[in-house]
Amino acid sequence: MNNILNEIGIENYIFLSVLLFCIGVFGVLYRRNAIIVFMSIEIMLNAVNLLFVAFSTYHQDAEGQVFVFFSMAVAAAEVAVGLAILVSVYRNLGSIDIDNLKNLKG
Amino acid sequence: MSAILITFYILAAITLATAFLTIYSKNPIHSAIYLVLCFFSIAGHYLLFNAQFLAIVHIIVYSGAIMVLFLFTIMLMNLNKEDEVHKPRITRLGAIVVFILTSIVLVTIFINSKTIMGDYDTTGDDFQSIRKLGTILLNEYMVPFEFASILLLVAMIGVVLLSKKEKLEKK
Repeated sequence: MNNILNEIGIENYIFLSVLLFCIGVFGVLYRRNAIIVFMSIEIMLNAVNLLFVAFSTYHQDAEGQVFVFFSMAVAAAEVAVGLAILVSVYRNLGSIDIDNLKNLKG
Repeated sequence: MSAILITFYILAAITLATAFLTIYSKNPIHSAIYLVLCFFSIAGHYLLFNAQFLAIVHIIVYSGAIMVLFLFTIMLMNLNKEDEVHKPRITRLGAIVVFILTSIVLVTIFINSKTIMGDYDTTGDDFQSIRKLGTILLNEYMVPFEFASILLLVAMIGVVLLSKKEKLEKK
């Protein structure tokens, strides 16, 4: 398993991560359901994590994987807080359509 | 084509297709299920790199904890129906154009990366076993590791405060 990057090539992983990230951006722009927007943010985070692990293997350095570990902890906290905010928004407005969230609009 | 390359292409196809279906399917429950599949295939990529610790943590944290959170929220809000109104057509068209343009620009940026990065050489050292990662995590990254626990505690308290039902004051 040591020559995995010689067989696959780091550029294939770069392309995969880039496409995954673009799909996440597309989801944030395309959907109105706030939960799907959150899922798209998770997809973007995962694209970046995947590239971190790829380059950690490329440089034979464990610190990239440590960083991915911290980024997972932050993602878990972010999802919990975000979904709690969505629950309270749903209680107040009766829907989680992001186009309805205009209370802060000047 | 070697077996590893074929495995990579299959995993990559599953990852991209399920990520797209997450966004495309109308029912939020279906989106959540597709997202679980996407996370499992990403864990497969980690296993392909021989990063066992991250693969296991990814499955536990993402496919376990986060997706259960998503599914419970969807069921709590009674959202498992397909009556979502679409955004206006001009916005959707803009989203598609942005998707295509960012993909083209980013792929063109990295298309020559193979010549720059060259080949990959291994030293044969162990750098990603659980033992090695634990040593690094608890020696050099001790302080950030403890701060992560504080962050999770603060997030937990914040979530409880946010989702607590506010009682209306009686006059």
